[in-house]
Amino acid sequence: MPEPTVILDANAIQRALTRIAHEIAERNEHSAEVALVGIPVGGDHLAARLAKILAGIWNHAVPVGVLDTTMHRDDLDHRVAPTVHPTDIPFDVTGKTIVLVDDVLFSGRTTRAAMDALNDFGRPKKIQLAVLVDRGHRELPIKADFIGKNVPTSLDEKISLRLTEAGAAQDEVILKKK
Amino acid sequence: MAWTKKHLLDIESLTAEEITTVLDTARGFKAVGERAIKKVPALRGKTVVNLFVEPSTRTRTSFELAATRLSADIVHFSTEASSFKKGETLKDTALNLQALNADFIIIRHSASGAPHFLSRVLNAHVINAGDGAHEHPTQALLDTFTIREKKGRIAGLNVTILGDILYSRVARSDIWALTKLGAKVTLCGPATLVPKTFEQMGCRVTHDVDEAIRDADIINLLRIQHERQRKTMFPSIGEYTQLFGLTKARFAQLKPDALIMHPGPINRGVEIDSEIADCNRSVILEQVTNGLAVRMAVLFLVNGGKTLPETPAN
Repeated sequence: MPEPTVILDANAIQRALTRIAHEIAERNEHSAEVALVGIPVGGDHLAARLAKILAGIWNHAVPVGVLDTTMHRDDLDHRVAPTVHPTDIPFDVTGKTIVLVDDVLFSGRTTRAAMDALNDFGRPKKIQLAVLVDRGHRELPIKADFIGKNVPTSLDEKISLRLTEAGAAQDEVILKKK
Repeated sequence: MAWTKKHLLDIESLTAEEITTVLDTARGFKAVGERAIKKVPALRGKTVVNLFVEPSTRTRTSFELAATRLSADIVHFSTEASSFKKGETLKDTALNLQALNADFIIIRHSASGAPHFLSRVLNAHVINAGDGAHEHPTQALLDTFTIREKKGRIAGLNVTILGDILYSRVARSDIWALTKLGAKVTLCGPATLVPKTFEQMGCRVTHDVDEAIRDADIINLLRIQHERQRKTMFPSIGEYTQLFGLTKARFAQLKPDALIMHPGPINRGVEIDSEIADCNRSVILEQVTNGLAVRMAVLFLVNGGKTLPETPAN
């Protein structure tokens, strides 16, 4: 089996998140309207990190939520039931600019499911999308607003994010052949 | 762990990991019930048939609401309004429902093994909602869910099941689920209703209620089915209450954090004192709420049960 390649190390992840946070701040003039919503597994931890950086830029706390998308997926008939994670959105999304945060953008189907799931909680004024890695191969007309790194991939490759919050020894994003 | 079973027929054939998967999944669905919009599209376009060949109100209603909240369509087929009275066999009824492209059949039947039989003759997902005195798997799942939520664990807890064990499918499913998850189960009731043979399932059997409940973390009371047993299994309701009922005096002897459970419907003043049923250590109504979440989880999980490999989520 081929060796996995590290495509982002801990420093690169932190730099990417810092840049994304500044881009979010630049794009959104009314900082009080912005809230982050992470998609598990991975996006929830990234959202928490982004919120911390943004709080430093804006000098106020930024609301963070976690949104499970499994019940809104369109492939439930074609796979074993996915693991359901707890959803926790401790604020009203109506009228807010919600930045969805995911680790890897691939087919776009998770993002679509997330937008549907989010609408059950209210009507955001805007939804933006931040991802750490965009690996291409979109199956839906979806595009990220904020991207940590573009990584051209083939379909037989898999990208995994490992974070210390999830028990990893160090932060890294790795790519390997399936 | 991924769930790969196409049906939910009993607890006996499940592993501890599979039971835990259902409980973990149900946690997510319980949260859905607390939202303003209590509905998710997971089973949109699916047809669920409630085939109840034995009367039931709460289990049927709970499954109906579970299917509705998953956006499935549901139809009811019950003894009163069905062709069973005209002599149609269970297999023919089920094949007719399948001919309507039903995706899920939820069956309650007085014959043990009826769901297993249907799972062999139908393509649909079959869920057992109670078969004879055999099993009532979703009740055991909601009971273990409630215990785990309240106590934070199952392993090592003392659970006493009190009442009519012999005729109880709830007791059998509970015993399987609780022992698989590492609880210590004690059964108690009149000797006619709690035979020693249950020790073969890995539990302790006693007929001394005060001893059975003294160290219990959970008291699970079962309904005395007095419409069936009043005349044969014990002398009188009054004597049952005196010897085995959860009275105020017995309640005072319990561990201070012991929880009271009951699958319902309760007979106030028979197996449980009315005030105890309403006290803050009774979780009887939370069991109903959790039952809905557990049934949503079961429908969601068996829908994916086709032994396909898990695909990456992104």
